[in-house]
Amino acid sequence: MSNDAALKDLLFRMADDDLIIAHRNSEWTGLGPIMEEDIAFSSIAQDKLGHSLALYTLLETLGEAEPDTTAFTRDEAQFRCCHLVEYPIGGYDFSLMRHFLFDMADMLRFELLESSSYEPLAKLAAKVRGEIKYHVFHAATWVEQLGAKGSEESHARMQSSLNLVYPLALGIFEPSQFEAELAASGIFAGEAALQEKWIAAISPILERSNLRIPAVADPAQAYGGRRGYHTEHLQPMLTEMTEVFRIDPTASW
Amino acid sequence: MDDLSHIWEALRDVKDPEIPTVSLVDLGVITSVSVDDENVVHVTMTPTFVGCPAMEYMRSEVVRRLERMEFSGVDVRMNFDIPWSSNRITDEGRAALATFGLAPPAEYEGVLELEVLNNVACPICGSHNTTLRSPFGPTLCRSIHYCNSCGETFEGFKPL
Repeated sequence: MSNDAALKDLLFRMADDDLIIAHRNSEWTGLGPIMEEDIAFSSIAQDKLGHSLALYTLLETLGEAEPDTTAFTRDEAQFRCCHLVEYPIGGYDFSLMRHFLFDMADMLRFELLESSSYEPLAKLAAKVRGEIKYHVFHAATWVEQLGAKGSEESHARMQSSLNLVYPLALGIFEPSQFEAELAASGIFAGEAALQEKWIAAISPILERSNLRIPAVADPAQAYGGRRGYHTEHLQPMLTEMTEVFRIDPTASW
Repeated sequence: MDDLSHIWEALRDVKDPEIPTVSLVDLGVITSVSVDDENVVHVTMTPTFVGCPAMEYMRSEVVRRLERMEFSGVDVRMNFDIPWSSNRITDEGRAALATFGLAPPAEYEGVLELEVLNNVACPICGSHNTTLRSPFGPTLCRSIHYCNSCGETFEGFKPL
Protein backbone atom coordinates (compact mmCIF):
# COMPACT_ATOMS: atom_id res chain seq x y z
CA MET A 1 0.00 0.00 0.00
CA SER A 2 1.56 3.26 -1.13
CA ASN A 3 0.17 5.33 1.74
CA ASP A 4 1.75 3.17 4.40
CA ALA A 5 4.42 5.68 5.45
CA ALA A 6 1.87 8.48 5.74
CA LEU A 7 -0.59 6.33 7.64
CA LYS A 8 2.04 5.02 10.05
CA ASP A 9 3.26 8.54 10.75
CA LEU A 10 -0.30 9.58 11.67
CA LEU A 11 -0.81 6.51 13.88
CA PHE A 12 2.52 6.99 15.67
CA ARG A 13 1.67 10.62 16.44
CA MET A 14 -1.65 9.62 17.92
CA ALA A 15 -0.49 6.52 19.77
CA ASP A 16 2.55 8.26 21.26
CA ASP A 17 0.49 11.28 22.37
CA ASP A 18 -1.96 8.94 24.10
CA LEU A 19 0.73 6.82 25.75
CA ILE A 20 2.67 9.79 27.12
CA ILE A 21 -0.36 11.77 28.32
CA ALA A 22 -1.66 8.54 29.90
CA HIS A 23 1.55 8.20 31.87
CA ARG A 24 1.49 11.86 32.90
CA ASN A 25 -2.17 11.69 33.96
CA SER A 26 -1.44 8.55 35.97
CA GLU A 27 1.07 10.55 37.99
CA TRP A 28 -1.96 12.16 39.67
CA THR A 29 -3.00 8.82 41.15
CA GLY A 30 -2.89 9.29 44.90
CA LEU A 31 -2.13 13.01 44.61
CA GLY A 32 -5.33 14.62 43.28
CA PRO A 33 -6.49 17.78 45.07
CA ILE A 34 -9.77 16.01 45.94
CA MET A 35 -10.58 12.32 45.68
CA GLU A 36 -12.91 12.74 42.68
CA GLU A 37 -10.11 14.42 40.71
CA ASP A 38 -7.64 11.75 41.69
CA ILE A 39 -10.09 9.17 40.31
CA ALA A 40 -10.84 11.24 37.21
CA PHE A 41 -7.21 11.70 36.16
CA SER A 42 -6.51 8.02 36.88
CA SER A 43 -9.54 6.90 34.83
CA ILE A 44 -8.63 9.17 31.94
CA ALA A 45 -5.10 7.75 32.08
CA GLN A 46 -6.54 4.24 31.79
CA ASP A 47 -8.69 5.25 28.79
CA LYS A 48 -5.72 6.88 27.04
CA LEU A 49 -3.57 3.85 27.64
CA GLY A 50 -6.29 1.71 26.08
CA HIS A 51 -6.46 4.03 23.08
CA SER A 52 -2.70 3.93 22.61
CA LEU A 53 -2.78 0.12 22.77
CA ALA A 54 -5.50 0.02 20.09
CA LEU A 55 -3.43 2.35 17.87
CA TYR A 56 -0.19 0.39 18.39
CA THR A 57 -2.19 -2.74 17.50
CA LEU A 58 -3.15 -1.13 14.18
CA LEU A 59 0.54 -0.35 13.63
CA GLU A 60 1.34 -4.00 14.27
CA THR A 61 -1.02 -5.00 11.45
CA LEU A 62 0.98 -2.61 9.23
CA GLY A 63 4.23 -4.42 9.97
CA GLU A 64 5.49 -2.72 13.14
CA ALA A 65 6.51 -4.66 16.26
CA GLU A 66 3.93 -5.88 18.76
CA PRO A 67 2.55 -3.10 21.01
CA ASP A 68 4.66 -3.66 24.15
CA THR A 69 7.87 -3.63 22.14
CA THR A 70 6.82 -0.46 20.35
CA ALA A 71 5.77 1.24 23.57
CA PHE A 72 8.65 0.20 25.78
CA THR A 73 11.78 -0.22 23.71
CA ARG A 74 12.06 2.90 21.57
CA ASP A 75 14.21 5.81 22.60
CA GLU A 76 13.17 9.43 22.59
CA ALA A 77 14.12 10.18 18.96
CA GLN A 78 11.74 7.48 17.75
CA PHE A 79 8.72 9.00 19.50
CA ARG A 80 6.34 11.23 17.56
CA CYS A 81 4.43 12.82 20.44
CA CYS A 82 4.05 16.59 20.73
CA HIS A 83 5.87 18.58 23.42
CA LEU A 84 2.64 19.39 25.28
CA VAL A 85 2.18 15.85 26.58
CA GLU A 86 5.81 15.53 27.72
CA TYR A 87 5.79 18.20 30.42
CA PRO A 88 5.67 17.09 34.05
CA ILE A 89 2.26 17.42 35.70
CA GLY A 90 3.16 20.69 37.44
CA GLY A 91 0.29 22.05 39.53
CA TYR A 92 -3.30 20.95 39.16
CA ASP A 93 -4.02 24.13 37.17
CA PHE A 94 -1.36 23.24 34.57
CA SER A 95 -2.56 19.63 34.27
CA LEU A 96 -6.20 20.65 34.02
CA MET A 97 -5.55 23.19 31.27
CA ARG A 98 -3.40 20.69 29.37
CA HIS A 99 -6.16 18.09 29.77
CA PHE A 100 -8.72 20.56 28.38
CA LEU A 101 -6.70 21.67 25.35
CA PHE A 102 -5.33 18.20 24.54
CA ASP A 103 -8.58 16.29 24.92
CA MET A 104 -10.58 18.70 22.81
CA ALA A 105 -8.05 18.14 20.00
CA ASP A 106 -8.07 14.40 20.63
CA MET A 107 -11.87 14.20 20.43
CA LEU A 108 -12.05 16.32 17.26
CA ARG A 109 -9.27 14.31 15.62
CA PHE A 110 -11.17 11.06 16.14
CA GLU A 111 -14.35 12.81 14.96
CA LEU A 112 -12.61 13.61 11.65
CA LEU A 113 -11.25 10.08 11.47
CA GLU A 114 -14.70 8.50 11.70
CA SER A 115 -14.91 9.06 7.95
CA SER A 116 -11.33 7.94 7.25
CA SER A 117 -10.81 5.77 4.18
CA TYR A 118 -8.62 3.53 6.38
CA GLU A 119 -11.47 1.47 7.77
CA PRO A 120 -9.82 0.01 10.91
CA LEU A 121 -9.07 3.54 12.11
CA ALA A 122 -12.58 4.75 11.25
CA LYS A 123 -14.03 1.92 13.36
CA LEU A 124 -11.75 2.68 16.27
CA ALA A 125 -12.64 6.38 16.00
CA ALA A 126 -16.37 5.63 16.15
CA LYS A 127 -15.72 3.65 19.30
CA VAL A 128 -13.42 5.95 21.28
CA ARG A 129 -15.04 9.28 20.52
CA GLY A 130 -17.79 8.61 23.07
CA GLU A 131 -15.15 7.89 25.70
CA ILE A 132 -13.18 11.07 24.99
CA LYS A 133 -16.41 13.04 25.20
CA TYR A 134 -16.33 12.30 28.93
CA HIS A 135 -12.77 13.61 29.13
CA VAL A 136 -13.76 16.87 27.45
CA PHE A 137 -16.90 17.13 29.57
CA HIS A 138 -14.81 16.75 32.72
CA ALA A 139 -12.16 19.25 31.65
CA ALA A 140 -14.60 21.88 30.39
CA THR A 141 -16.69 21.68 33.57
CA TRP A 142 -13.67 22.42 35.75
CA VAL A 143 -12.19 25.10 33.48
CA GLU A 144 -15.49 26.96 33.59
CA GLN A 145 -15.94 26.37 37.29
CA LEU A 146 -12.50 27.68 38.21
CA GLY A 147 -12.40 30.36 35.51
CA ALA A 148 -15.80 32.00 35.90
CA LYS A 149 -17.39 30.67 39.08
CA GLY A 150 -14.43 30.38 41.43
CA SER A 151 -12.37 33.00 43.23
CA GLU A 152 -10.03 35.70 42.04
CA GLU A 153 -7.16 33.33 42.74
CA SER A 154 -8.65 30.43 40.80
CA HIS A 155 -9.30 32.71 37.81
CA ALA A 156 -5.76 34.09 37.91
CA ARG A 157 -4.28 30.60 38.08
CA MET A 158 -6.37 29.36 35.17
CA GLN A 159 -5.37 32.37 33.06
CA SER A 160 -1.67 31.95 33.80
CA SER A 161 -1.82 28.23 33.03
CA LEU A 162 -3.63 29.01 29.75
CA ASN A 163 -0.84 31.48 28.92
CA LEU A 164 1.68 28.73 29.51
CA VAL A 165 -0.14 25.76 27.95
CA TYR A 166 -1.73 27.36 24.89
CA PRO A 167 1.51 27.96 22.93
CA LEU A 168 2.54 24.37 23.69
CA ALA A 169 -0.84 23.07 22.54
CA LEU A 170 -0.24 24.56 19.10
CA GLY A 171 2.49 21.92 18.75
CA ILE A 172 -0.28 19.28 18.55
CA PHE A 173 -0.92 20.54 15.02
CA GLU A 174 2.65 20.53 13.72
CA PRO A 175 2.18 19.83 10.01
CA SER A 176 3.46 16.51 8.75
CA GLN A 177 5.36 15.91 5.54
CA PHE A 178 2.44 13.71 4.50
CA GLU A 179 -0.41 16.26 4.77
CA ALA A 180 -1.22 16.30 1.05
CA GLU A 181 -1.01 12.53 0.76
CA LEU A 182 -3.24 11.90 3.78
CA ALA A 183 -5.87 14.33 2.53
CA ALA A 184 -5.79 13.07 -1.06
CA SER A 185 -6.19 9.46 0.00
CA GLY A 186 -9.06 10.33 2.33
CA ILE A 187 -7.23 9.02 5.40
CA PHE A 188 -7.20 12.27 7.37
CA ALA A 189 -8.29 15.85 6.62
CA GLY A 190 -5.06 17.25 8.06
CA GLU A 191 -3.61 19.17 11.00
CA ALA A 192 -4.67 22.60 9.72
CA ALA A 193 -8.31 21.49 9.39
CA LEU A 194 -8.14 20.00 12.87
CA GLN A 195 -6.65 23.15 14.39
CA GLU A 196 -9.43 25.23 12.89
CA LYS A 197 -12.10 23.02 14.46
CA TRP A 198 -10.21 23.07 17.76
CA ILE A 199 -10.08 26.87 17.94
CA ALA A 200 -13.80 27.03 17.17
CA ALA A 201 -14.52 24.50 19.95
CA ILE A 202 -12.34 25.89 22.75
CA SER A 203 -13.09 29.58 22.14
CA PRO A 204 -16.69 29.72 23.45
CA ILE A 205 -15.81 27.64 26.52
CA LEU A 206 -12.82 29.85 27.36
CA GLU A 207 -14.96 32.93 26.79
CA ARG A 208 -17.62 31.64 29.20
CA SER A 209 -14.79 31.01 31.65
CA ASN A 210 -13.58 34.63 31.36
CA LEU A 211 -10.26 33.40 30.01
CA ARG A 212 -8.38 35.04 27.16
CA ILE A 213 -6.37 33.12 24.57
CA PRO A 214 -2.86 34.60 24.55
CA ALA A 215 -1.28 35.92 21.36
CA VAL A 216 1.39 33.57 20.06
CA ALA A 217 4.08 35.15 17.88
CA ASP A 218 5.53 31.89 16.59
CA PRO A 219 3.49 28.67 16.82
CA ALA A 220 6.50 26.75 15.48
CA GLN A 221 8.20 27.20 18.85
CA ALA A 222 6.39 24.09 20.04
CA TYR A 223 7.14 22.10 16.88
CA GLY A 224 9.69 19.30 16.59
CA GLY A 225 8.00 16.52 18.54
CA ARG A 226 6.45 15.04 15.42
CA ARG A 227 9.94 14.70 13.93
CA GLY A 228 11.58 13.20 17.01
CA TYR A 229 12.98 16.38 18.58
CA HIS A 230 11.68 16.52 22.12
CA THR A 231 11.85 18.55 25.31
CA GLU A 232 14.25 17.62 28.09
CA HIS A 233 11.31 16.02 29.91
CA LEU A 234 10.60 13.06 27.63
CA GLN A 235 13.63 10.81 28.04
CA PRO A 236 13.62 10.83 31.89
CA MET A 237 9.94 9.93 31.76
CA LEU A 238 10.56 7.09 29.28
CA THR A 239 13.39 5.80 31.45
CA GLU A 240 11.07 5.69 34.45
CA MET A 241 8.13 4.27 32.48
CA THR A 242 10.18 1.38 31.07
CA GLU A 243 12.14 0.60 34.23
CA VAL A 244 10.20 -2.53 35.16
CA PHE A 245 9.92 -3.72 31.55
CA ARG A 246 13.69 -3.50 31.10
CA ILE A 247 14.41 -5.73 34.10
CA ASP A 248 13.07 -8.67 32.08
CA PRO A 249 11.63 -7.83 28.66
CA THR A 250 10.48 -11.41 28.11
CA ALA A 251 8.52 -11.70 31.36
CA SER A 252 4.84 -12.41 31.02
CA TRP A 253 2.49 -10.43 33.30
CA MET B 1 -29.82 -22.14 9.92
CA ASP B 2 -28.75 -23.96 13.05
CA ASP B 3 -30.40 -23.15 16.30
CA LEU B 4 -27.78 -21.31 18.35
CA SER B 5 -29.96 -20.55 21.34
CA HIS B 6 -28.22 -23.13 23.52
CA ILE B 7 -24.93 -21.27 23.00
CA TRP B 8 -26.45 -17.91 23.89
CA GLU B 9 -28.00 -19.60 26.91
CA ALA B 10 -24.60 -20.97 27.98
CA LEU B 11 -23.04 -17.53 27.58
CA ARG B 12 -25.56 -16.15 30.05
CA ASP B 13 -23.58 -18.08 32.69
CA VAL B 14 -20.61 -15.76 32.15
CA LYS B 15 -20.94 -12.65 34.28
CA ASP B 16 -19.20 -9.30 34.37
CA PRO B 17 -16.39 -9.89 36.90
CA GLU B 18 -16.97 -6.48 38.47
CA ILE B 19 -20.79 -6.56 38.37
CA PRO B 20 -21.55 -10.26 39.01
CA THR B 21 -25.34 -9.84 38.65
CA VAL B 22 -25.01 -9.00 34.93
CA SER B 23 -24.26 -11.58 32.23
CA LEU B 24 -22.08 -10.67 29.27
CA VAL B 25 -25.05 -11.32 27.00
CA ASP B 26 -27.19 -8.79 28.89
CA LEU B 27 -24.28 -6.34 28.97
CA GLY B 28 -24.36 -6.40 25.17
CA VAL B 29 -20.70 -7.27 24.62
CA ILE B 30 -21.37 -10.47 22.65
CA THR B 31 -21.98 -9.38 19.06
CA SER B 32 -22.08 -12.65 17.14
CA VAL B 33 -22.18 -16.41 17.63
CA SER B 34 -21.77 -19.03 14.92
CA VAL B 35 -20.67 -22.64 14.42
CA ASP B 36 -18.80 -23.61 11.26
CA ASP B 37 -18.81 -26.85 9.24
CA GLU B 38 -16.00 -28.26 11.35
CA ASN B 39 -17.97 -27.73 14.56
CA VAL B 40 -15.78 -24.85 15.69
CA VAL B 41 -17.71 -22.20 17.62
CA HIS B 42 -16.90 -18.56 16.76
CA VAL B 43 -17.86 -15.72 19.10
CA THR B 44 -17.21 -12.03 18.56
CA MET B 45 -17.12 -9.58 21.44
CA THR B 46 -16.97 -5.77 21.51
CA PRO B 47 -15.31 -3.97 24.44
CA THR B 48 -17.38 -1.65 26.64
CA PHE B 49 -14.48 0.75 27.11
CA VAL B 50 -11.36 0.27 24.98
CA GLY B 51 -9.10 0.52 28.05
CA CYS B 52 -11.23 -1.71 30.28
CA PRO B 53 -8.77 -4.10 31.96
CA ALA B 54 -11.53 -6.68 32.54
CA MET B 55 -12.17 -7.34 28.84
CA GLU B 56 -9.39 -9.90 28.39
CA TYR B 57 -10.63 -11.71 31.51
CA MET B 58 -14.17 -11.73 30.09
CA ARG B 59 -12.87 -13.13 26.82
CA SER B 60 -11.05 -15.94 28.60
CA GLU B 61 -14.17 -16.74 30.68
CA VAL B 62 -16.18 -17.05 27.47
CA VAL B 63 -13.55 -19.44 26.10
CA ARG B 64 -13.66 -21.51 29.30
CA ARG B 65 -17.45 -21.74 29.23
CA LEU B 66 -17.54 -22.82 25.58
CA GLU B 67 -14.79 -25.38 26.11
CA ARG B 68 -17.18 -27.23 28.43
CA MET B 69 -19.51 -27.79 25.44
CA GLU B 70 -19.25 -30.28 22.59
CA PHE B 71 -17.25 -28.26 20.08
CA SER B 72 -14.10 -29.28 18.25
CA GLY B 73 -12.69 -25.79 18.70
CA VAL B 74 -13.40 -22.42 20.32
CA ASP B 75 -12.54 -19.10 18.72
CA VAL B 76 -13.39 -15.91 20.61
CA ARG B 77 -12.34 -12.57 19.19
CA MET B 78 -12.66 -8.97 20.22
CA ASN B 79 -13.14 -6.19 17.70
CA PHE B 80 -14.83 -2.82 17.18
CA ASP B 81 -16.88 -3.83 14.11
CA ILE B 82 -20.00 -3.21 16.13
CA PRO B 83 -19.10 -0.50 18.64
CA TRP B 84 -20.50 -1.09 22.11
CA SER B 85 -23.07 1.38 23.35
CA SER B 86 -24.93 1.38 26.67
CA ASN B 87 -28.13 1.07 24.59
CA ARG B 88 -27.03 -2.52 23.94
CA ILE B 89 -27.69 -3.45 27.59
CA THR B 90 -30.89 -5.53 27.72
CA ASP B 91 -33.85 -4.80 30.01
CA GLU B 92 -32.78 -7.78 32.08
CA GLY B 93 -29.28 -6.32 32.26
CA ARG B 94 -30.63 -2.95 33.37
CA ALA B 95 -32.62 -4.62 36.13
CA ALA B 96 -29.53 -6.58 37.19
CA LEU B 97 -27.48 -3.37 37.39
CA ALA B 98 -30.10 -1.87 39.69
CA THR B 99 -30.03 -5.01 41.86
CA PHE B 100 -26.31 -4.49 42.23
CA GLY B 101 -26.98 -0.88 43.36
CA LEU B 102 -25.87 0.82 40.15
CA ALA B 103 -28.16 3.30 38.41
CA PRO B 104 -28.74 1.94 34.87
CA PRO B 105 -27.54 4.23 32.05
CA ALA B 106 -30.08 6.59 30.48
CA GLU B 107 -31.28 5.29 27.12
CA TYR B 108 -30.87 7.77 24.30
CA GLU B 109 -31.44 8.30 20.60
CA GLY B 110 -28.95 9.88 18.22
CA VAL B 111 -26.16 11.85 19.89
CA LEU B 112 -25.72 11.39 23.62
CA GLU B 113 -25.85 14.64 25.63
CA LEU B 114 -23.92 14.22 28.87
CA GLU B 115 -26.38 16.53 30.65
CA VAL B 116 -28.45 13.36 31.21
CA LEU B 117 -25.96 12.58 33.99
CA ASN B 118 -27.37 15.41 36.08
CA ASN B 119 -30.68 13.84 37.10
CA VAL B 120 -30.02 10.12 37.19
CA ALA B 121 -32.63 8.23 39.25
CA CYS B 122 -31.27 7.23 42.65
CA PRO B 123 -31.14 3.40 42.85
CA ILE B 124 -31.84 3.58 46.58
CA CYS B 125 -34.93 5.84 46.84
CA GLY B 126 -35.87 6.44 43.20
CA SER B 127 -35.65 10.24 43.37
CA HIS B 128 -34.54 12.19 40.30
CA ASN B 129 -33.37 15.04 42.51
CA THR B 130 -29.73 14.01 42.18
CA THR B 131 -26.44 15.70 41.31
CA LEU B 132 -23.50 14.38 39.31
CA ARG B 133 -20.45 14.35 41.57
CA SER B 134 -17.96 13.05 39.00
CA PRO B 135 -18.20 11.49 35.54
CA PHE B 136 -15.46 9.08 36.67
CA GLY B 137 -15.83 6.37 39.29
CA PRO B 138 -14.19 3.22 40.62
CA THR B 139 -14.21 1.61 37.16
CA LEU B 140 -14.17 3.19 33.69
CA CYS B 141 -17.87 2.47 33.16
CA ARG B 142 -19.14 4.13 36.35
CA SER B 143 -19.93 7.68 37.45
CA ILE B 144 -20.53 9.02 40.97
CA HIS B 145 -23.75 10.79 41.99
CA TYR B 146 -25.32 12.27 45.10
CA CYS B 147 -29.01 11.99 45.95
CA ASN B 148 -30.42 15.22 47.36
CA SER B 149 -33.51 13.38 48.62
CA CYS B 150 -32.10 10.49 50.63
CA GLY B 151 -28.61 11.90 51.14
CA GLU B 152 -26.82 8.83 49.77
CA THR B 153 -23.89 8.82 47.36
CA PHE B 154 -24.40 6.25 44.60
CA GLU B 155 -22.75 5.00 41.43
CA GLY B 156 -24.23 4.94 37.97
CA PHE B 157 -23.36 2.88 34.89
CA LYS B 158 -22.35 5.49 32.31
CA PRO B 159 -24.32 6.01 29.13
CA LEU B 160 -21.97 5.69 26.14
